[in-house]
Amino acid sequence: MSDVSIDASESTPQADLPPSSNRRKFLTVATSVVGAVGAGFAAVPFIASWQPSERAKAAGADVEVDISGLQIGQLIRVMWRSKPVWVVKRSQAVLDALSTHEGQLADPNSESAQQPGYAANIFRSRKEDIIVLVGICTHLGCSPQHLADGAMEQYAEGVKDGFFCPCHGSKFDMSGRVFSGVPAGLNLQVPPYAFIGENTILIGSDGEGVV
Amino acid sequence: MNALLSWFESRIPMMRVANMHAIQYPAPKNMNFWYVFGFMATIVLVNQIVTGIWLTMNYVPSAEGAFASVEYIMREVDYGWLLRYMHSTGASAFFIVVYLHMFRGMIYGSYQKPRELLWVFGMLIYLALMAEAFMGYVLPWGQMSYWGAQVIVSLFSAIPVIGTDLVEWIQGDYVISGATLNRFFALHVIALPLVIVILVFLHIIALHEVGSNNPDGVNIKFKKGTLPEEEKTTFQIHEYYTEKYDISNDVVPFFPHIVLKDLVAFAVFLFGFCYVLFFSPEMGGKFLEHPNFEIANPLKTPEHIFPVWYFTPFYAILKAVPDKLLGVITMFAAIGFLFAIPWLDRSNVRSWRYRSGLHKANLIVFAIVFIFLGYLGGTPQENWKIIASQIATVMYFAFFILLFAYSKGERTKPVPERIPA
Repeated sequence: MSDVSIDASESTPQADLPPSSNRRKFLTVATSVVGAVGAGFAAVPFIASWQPSERAKAAGADVEVDISGLQIGQLIRVMWRSKPVWVVKRSQAVLDALSTHEGQLADPNSESAQQPGYAANIFRSRKEDIIVLVGICTHLGCSPQHLADGAMEQYAEGVKDGFFCPCHGSKFDMSGRVFSGVPAGLNLQVPPYAFIGENTILIGSDGEGVV
Repeated sequence: MNALLSWFESRIPMMRVANMHAIQYPAPKNMNFWYVFGFMATIVLVNQIVTGIWLTMNYVPSAEGAFASVEYIMREVDYGWLLRYMHSTGASAFFIVVYLHMFRGMIYGSYQKPRELLWVFGMLIYLALMAEAFMGYVLPWGQMSYWGAQVIVSLFSAIPVIGTDLVEWIQGDYVISGATLNRFFALHVIALPLVIVILVFLHIIALHEVGSNNPDGVNIKFKKGTLPEEEKTTFQIHEYYTEKYDISNDVVPFFPHIVLKDLVAFAVFLFGFCYVLFFSPEMGGKFLEHPNFEIANPLKTPEHIFPVWYFTPFYAILKAVPDKLLGVITMFAAIGFLFAIPWLDRSNVRSWRYRSGLHKANLIVFAIVFIFLGYLGGTPQENWKIIASQIATVMYFAFFILLFAYSKGERTKPVPERIPA
């Protein structure tokens, strides 16, 4: 019985070929490579489907803010890309105090890329008094508290106004500049924005410049 | 009946597997209470799966509906409160038994050769469990769910270059949103439970291949033909083990001896579990944190953000380092070092019963430091705690470095050949 089957297999074309381990190896490798490439392509939809959807992207469009009613010292919160964005009108006293505590700051000259070029100054803003900041701590994404009129002094000596993150104690001044020796290492982010009118800010794009 | 059983047995090896892996598994006779936590973890896993399936029947996985659906489960579904509290208390219970199970492995050297892979599988279960617990905590979509997720997902933004894009990809949005909630739901109810069950299977298979350790760290399996006949066990042990080894008379079969012990421990465990379940399901804000009874609000961060208690030791380590990337690296290193214990401990003696006083002290200090870190990570930030957590972090890592340093030339007591009476 076994003899018969051996005879039968020898008569097939494959059996006539000389045994070649190289050929077998090549075919194994080639099949594996093609299979792996296929698996790679097949993985694309699974990975890409985790990206923000078109709806999420649309919801991340630019936001217009009317600041005609903004009082000195007031902070308003608007949503941009579902993140809190603060718009604050700073008093002259607050602006003057900015240069007095630079020794306590980690990056007083805004050297790390946390702001558009037009905000890389001591005020970190287009207009001196109006500052626009993404209100999210650069450490782990909590939203810091606005402490005004001396309330900041308990956390930073000699600094009357600022932002304090309740999660891990990071501190920022009224330009969103981070203090040294706290968990956050970067200044608060300044989003791209532009004045499209005397009292209207567009958050999300750089625009043409200061009106 | 027998005919029916043998009809099945000849088609699928039910009794053979049951005998091999449970009924006739050789367990060292000196296993003490430290050895009940593996069984307990299995029970809690079953509890989590069953109550989880039932919760899924009423839970709505969306940013709009999640919070309300949890309230609905708590207030209007018959016994919904019980199912949910069983699930939430079970999560904390899971970590309690797993931490005790891991500490057992450390004091009795259960990770040592040949059980390295067994330990690594256990650590993988621990990692998967942490991911599972974290994502589960996001699902009620309360304030702590939201901001906890915010903090944990932000950890990935510390990775240079790809960090920001990676976070966006994980979130599926520019912030934590409904898209994030839905994918965490999918991972929590399907993907990770499958991973955990598979890992548990591998953990048990690996355990049964190398055999259980015991409080004396004494071998119970000997090379075939080396044990005299009177020292071999007279119990019915499955041939899977007796075929390859001589099994000493220091063993008892898993059933009924160990199972009955485990059931006693389970009864004791149920007292504690039910007490929490019925009288203190929030455990004073430790098992279910108070801010989570408020719906998620992306514009308002709660005053204090803590993870649930079982993550707080690692959270304290993260906070101790005043640099984001280094903090994240240190935190992951804290878990990485646990993985490496089988290779960091270079001693040939397993159990702390026969090891140096230094080793015992090192283990006890490590346990205290771990609990202290948990305290630091779970209470509001204060100035002294920064220094304290930095010192505790150094001590945490010092455990591993000391272990590596002294374990090679360690002065140990002679280990008996056989388990002492």
